[in-house]
Amino acid sequence: MTDDGAARGVLLDARAVTKRFGGFTALDEVSLGVRTGERFGMIGPNGSGKTTMINCISGTLANDGGEIFFKGGKLDGRKPHERTRLGIARSFQIPKPFRSMTVLENLVIPLEYATHTGPAEISERGMSILETIGLADRAGENSGKLTQIDMRKLELARAMATEPELLISDEAMAGLSSSEVDDILEILFRLNGEGITIIMIEHIMRAVMRFSERIVVLDAGRKIAEGAPDDIVNDPEVERAYLGE
Amino acid sequence: MKLSSFWLWAAVIALLGAALTIFDIVPVNAFVYFAGYVVLQYVVLATAWNIMGGYMGYVNFGTAGFFAVGAYTSVVLYNLFKAPLLLMIPVSGIVCGLLGLAMGYLTLRLRGVFFAIATLALAIVLETLVINWDYVGGATGAYILRDREIAPFGDYIEFLFFTMLLLAIFAVGVARWIERSKAGRGIAAIRDDEEAAECAGVPTLKLKLVATTVSGFLMGVAGAPFVLYVGFVEPSSAFNLVYAVNSIAMPMIGGATTWVGPLIGALLLGTVQQVATVTISSELNLLIVGVLLVFFVIAAPEGIVGLVRKWRRSGDDG
Repeated sequence: MTDDGAARGVLLDARAVTKRFGGFTALDEVSLGVRTGERFGMIGPNGSGKTTMINCISGTLANDGGEIFFKGGKLDGRKPHERTRLGIARSFQIPKPFRSMTVLENLVIPLEYATHTGPAEISERGMSILETIGLADRAGENSGKLTQIDMRKLELARAMATEPELLISDEAMAGLSSSEVDDILEILFRLNGEGITIIMIEHIMRAVMRFSERIVVLDAGRKIAEGAPDDIVNDPEVERAYLGE
Repeated sequence: MKLSSFWLWAAVIALLGAALTIFDIVPVNAFVYFAGYVVLQYVVLATAWNIMGGYMGYVNFGTAGFFAVGAYTSVVLYNLFKAPLLLMIPVSGIVCGLLGLAMGYLTLRLRGVFFAIATLALAIVLETLVINWDYVGGATGAYILRDREIAPFGDYIEFLFFTMLLLAIFAVGVARWIERSKAGRGIAAIRDDEEAAECAGVPTLKLKLVATTVSGFLMGVAGAPFVLYVGFVEPSSAFNLVYAVNSIAMPMIGGATTWVGPLIGALLLGTVQQVATVTISSELNLLIVGVLLVFFVIAAPEGIVGLVRKWRRSGDDG
């Protein structure tokens, strides 16, 4: 705990994170701080760097510049599975279930590898997560054959099975119907109520505005705005990014 | 199957093998041992391949390379101090395990077809090295004069057969143990989706290296007695592509996701090949493999094990 961020209740502290792919700068010195227990939104047009930012936080990409701190400890150089064990979980934009396994077996992997759950409690713990997410009646089904909404739920359930302090939801609602969106939103609110900090990346404005306490806006790899949802919608810079001049 | 019943069966089979080879309870034509040795050798190779190819989804085309390095390690040991077979086996295993580890470090960034090509290239590079290494006979090959008889087995081939039988039991036992362990579940997660596995807390690189090392070890073990079996080894026979093709085809035909699959596939395909060699022609073997493989890929992509499961499930429903 070398950093004073932890004292201020900052859970995730990204400082001037830069990522380049060849000559293309996907992230240009993006900084953001997420407080413990916060519901944090990240929006921006397609290609603005949202998922790249998530990949740098979860460790599947290494940032070229800047530093990322989690609970005051430096993340840079740590492998994704180590970050998962530290308490950072993510769901994938395109669901990536373990297709050869049942829904419950999908949760056994993170429970075994990322938590200290004893072998005797694993399936009980897995079932209780499925209960929370609303997938309990699908526990024995082949995960590759789930419907879209259930696959999104499985993504969240598997992320929850790592027992995270920070959950990053990468477009968990894309392509869902309006009632399904409400379904996922309700789950995320409930998880946040249990004390989990949540970063939501979303294109569905209705959802992200309702959910987030604070929002950052990315455009072409730069942070162009940050603030409460109401301030964001009235920000001329944001309007320009989405609608053009 | 429970843990105890698997090892009970293994013990029964080992004892049967001992009864046949040591006590000669029934007279068996020596050819049966020659043919049986090859079938059992494929049980080891197919099981070893399946740990990487079936459990983890990394298709290794370099089985022949590992097999040959196992065989040539025995040649080196023999040339050095006439090492006995029981020393050749573990040393060949360790050498090939390290080779697997090195291959893992070098190639596991590659996926899919690129990984397969890299493993094939590795086998070719190794063959070229051996061809130009005079100590092990170079392109002309190397002889090992084995004893005609060995106590208490009698004919030496009976000893080799029994040894390979134990190695096959060992290999299948290792594969089964991995499959049911935490490591095995992590490896299955890698096969299904590597990025998702890593983000679920699975140390993917470490597990991949474990799999390549264990797989390489078992392939080396299978190759170690080869020189004693044939008496003469040359690069083109030890590095024969047929080892690579068979050890891919056998798990595919048997079913690649469980330890039973490569066992069934190797016993079935290996036996058919041996019978065909005697009754028709040895040239026919690759054709048999090809036809069966095409048939199974189309009709039963999950192999015989998958077929049986499907029948059982439909039986339960009806």
